[in-house]
Amino acid sequence: MTTVEEPRTSTFDDNDQKPVGFGRMLRKEDPRLLRGRGRFTDDVQLPGMLHLAILRSPFAHARVVSVDTSAAEAAPGVKAVVTGETLKGLGLAWMPTLSNDVQAVLATDKVRFQGQEVAFVVADDRYAARDALELIDVEYDVLDPVIDVRQALAPDAPLIRDDLEGKTDNHCFDWETGDADETEAVFARADVVVQQDIVYPRVHPAPMETCGAVADFDAVEGKLKLWSTTQAPHAHRTLYAIVAGLPEHKIQVIAPDIGGGFGNKVPIYPGYVCAIVGSIVTGKPVKWMEDRSENLISTGFARDYIMRGEIAATRDGKILGIRTNVLADHGAFNGTAAPVKYPAGFFGVFTGSYDIEAAYCKMTAVYTNKAPGGVAYACSFRITEAVYLVERIVDCLAAELDMDPAELRLKNFIQPDQFPYTTKTGWVYDSGDYEPTMRQAMDIAGYAELRREQEEKRARGELMGIGISFFTEAVGAGPRKNMDILGLGMADGCELRVHPTGKAVVRLSVKTQGQGHETTFAQIIAEEIGIPPADIEVVHGDTDQTPFGLGTYGSRSTPVSGAAAALVARKVRDKAQLIASAMLEVTVADLEWVKGSFQVKGDPGKAVTIQQIAMRAHGAGDLPEGVEGGLEAQICYNPSNLTYPHGAYICVVDIDPGTAQVKVRRFIAVDDCGTRINPMIIEGQVHGGLTDGVGMALMEMISFDEDGNCLGASLMDYLIPTALEVPDWETGYTVTPSPHHPIGAKGVGESATVGSPPAIVNAVVDALKPYGVRHADMPLTPSRVWDAMRGRATPPI
Amino acid sequence: MQVTMTVNDVEVTREIEGRLLLVHFLRDTLSLTGTHWGCDTSNCGTCVVWLDGEPVKSCTVLAAMADGHEVRTVEGLAKGAELDPIQEGFMQCHGLQCGFCTPGMMMTCRALLDKNPDPTDAEIREAISGQICRCTGYSTIVRSVRWASVHEAAAAQEAGAQA
Repeated sequence: MTTVEEPRTSTFDDNDQKPVGFGRMLRKEDPRLLRGRGRFTDDVQLPGMLHLAILRSPFAHARVVSVDTSAAEAAPGVKAVVTGETLKGLGLAWMPTLSNDVQAVLATDKVRFQGQEVAFVVADDRYAARDALELIDVEYDVLDPVIDVRQALAPDAPLIRDDLEGKTDNHCFDWETGDADETEAVFARADVVVQQDIVYPRVHPAPMETCGAVADFDAVEGKLKLWSTTQAPHAHRTLYAIVAGLPEHKIQVIAPDIGGGFGNKVPIYPGYVCAIVGSIVTGKPVKWMEDRSENLISTGFARDYIMRGEIAATRDGKILGIRTNVLADHGAFNGTAAPVKYPAGFFGVFTGSYDIEAAYCKMTAVYTNKAPGGVAYACSFRITEAVYLVERIVDCLAAELDMDPAELRLKNFIQPDQFPYTTKTGWVYDSGDYEPTMRQAMDIAGYAELRREQEEKRARGELMGIGISFFTEAVGAGPRKNMDILGLGMADGCELRVHPTGKAVVRLSVKTQGQGHETTFAQIIAEEIGIPPADIEVVHGDTDQTPFGLGTYGSRSTPVSGAAAALVARKVRDKAQLIASAMLEVTVADLEWVKGSFQVKGDPGKAVTIQQIAMRAHGAGDLPEGVEGGLEAQICYNPSNLTYPHGAYICVVDIDPGTAQVKVRRFIAVDDCGTRINPMIIEGQVHGGLTDGVGMALMEMISFDEDGNCLGASLMDYLIPTALEVPDWETGYTVTPSPHHPIGAKGVGESATVGSPPAIVNAVVDALKPYGVRHADMPLTPSRVWDAMRGRATPPI
Repeated sequence: MQVTMTVNDVEVTREIEGRLLLVHFLRDTLSLTGTHWGCDTSNCGTCVVWLDGEPVKSCTVLAAMADGHEVRTVEGLAKGAELDPIQEGFMQCHGLQCGFCTPGMMMTCRALLDKNPDPTDAEIREAISGQICRCTGYSTIVRSVRWASVHEAAAAQEAGAQA
């Protein structure tokens, strides 16, 4: 085909030399992606590879009476047709979810949501496989579905999970945090109590690349090779070992380039298991790649919380307590991916950035006939919901007190000298200095001037709104004493090997989906041992090549794996110092580290570089007593706490009173994620999250009709922001390092997704103040804003 | 049926099914996997290639419709070892993260600059409004196109001065 010559390298080499450590650096992964030479799962083509397509349920709730596959089996090009009954014979009809529930791989008894997997076909090409799906004859006995989450626990609600022994209702779990009595006492003596019902509708991460896998089972070697769109290759390998009974060392999970994850690629989906079974059954490599509709209707959704928020305060605006009651829709199977002791994820941080006296949350989670999931879309394990709740209710309080929302927040912030700060729900915020972040956002925005402009516009009948959100995130799960996923501790391994010529390879347990790990992790190693990033190969996403760890989600790569990288580099540096002392014939104490070399204190001319040390470590000649040859180390890092980034966001909207169309005119984001490794990449992460926020606040929602038909099953129905719906982002930053992270970094991947929706909604509600609007639920589409303007705002579900 | 077309300046002839989509022809038949498949409904634009110099969404074009025509994909954007300024702009301005929408974005942006070498930010946003990027938030893509525009203008001026 096209001849592609070797890429020109000079420009990039030069860039990669500077900085040797932290700072803006162009990305090492870009040259291949820019040339169309990335390798995504669907790009994997193996000799003799077959294609798999999945038949899905058209009904939300139905008994599967019979499945006739005879016509499909006889279709041209078809190699295998597999049903739930086939899997039952193999003991594979059900699989565990990441929340200790079970989920059907292929339905045997019932289908429980529209789009559920019923059978699959393996054929010569993707078209033949799809054709054959049409020939599978399934007889369903349609049952009443549970769609309205508020009716899920009604006594006459149809029972969804009759597969669970002894189950008589659709209750999933109860959870509470904080102190109910203390909170009640605080509310009883408060001057002001504000209550607001707030819905965070179901949304979907919808990464540009859908989910898929290529399975290649070698029956002779007994080895399974699986390329798949996974954010957590090691966790997936262990689960495949448990589910399929294959020995773990005979499973190689490869996550190649991933076209965006946002939490959508954390769970194990039935399709992955089907691909594995397909390869075992046919003896050939099998590719499964879902289409967009399959992605939207069957894979991990996000949110779906119905919340009642209450806030208590003094008349002069001192917040005393926050209380909430949540009804959580978990869909047909509890497929939430969160640490097992945290069924509501980290929703417990709903007390936000404020120093209050008491807090309490009670949550009930239920099953409904909708797709499973819950934790996804850059939510930091439900912190999106928590931050939305507190930042919305604080604005409601500001309205009630007739107080400026910025002033109210400034008055209630946790103060710098209070850190580490233990919240009323037991979270220990590691560090923070909130006021400078808030002030910077207000300065960039020109806050006072914006308020003046708003006043003038209001006088002319124009609708302009200014919305503020201040968030504290909790990222970097997590300390293994209380955080695990299905018994797997949330630690991360890292290995660093310096070759004789001073080039290095670092192997990570986490996996980029666009966050730029190949660049930032090279920078972390470079910062610690002085080898230029261009000389450091970052290996990740292949379980045969990398140490065990739990993967990339919940903004945990920098807080956990980034710490592992820094510490493994320090181990290497410590060993290098021993070797340097022998090379320079001085004691270890006589040496000082000047990035890239060890020098004799007071005699900078006497020094050896890390590259010289690496050669000596592998070369001839004696090493100091007790020092082994080679220059490498490995580590498994168990974080002592989460890290707590924060940020101040200000949004300016204009609303057309004639059409109720909301236009985001400006958005100012000031983030504090501690030490900044690569500011260019941080800014990119923030921009992306802000765009998610516009999507959720104004456009995106997965809704269902009363029969359980998914109404957001294509990108024509599920609207995602384009370049026309978002402004040019304005960003700033402050730096409050994490005291317990070796380089002080905190993680930033989800901050903007968490922090931006309340700023936008607060801005819209602020704009609608002349109409007496105190709250309106997302998504704030023109019709929903129009209704709010006319006093008939209704919840979206 | 048999189709013959020119893909990235190379003539190819293949026997295909009449219903084969251009995106699958490029990816599966020709192994040009730089063009991606994202939505099937012409909404996401990750599959954008050029058909006779015009950006089209190859998930909704039959390979048969390209018979006798010229197709250019991301693999044909660089001139040999030399990156196109658009590619370099995306790199310099962090116009990509996961890289999945990037090939389609760059094909559209290259076509824009060919017609309008000095577009405004609004014109750039309009040009890419049929495409979705889930990672970047678009500001850096706009900057990337501006980077390419400015550098192409400077290079043209320099070439003019030398001539």
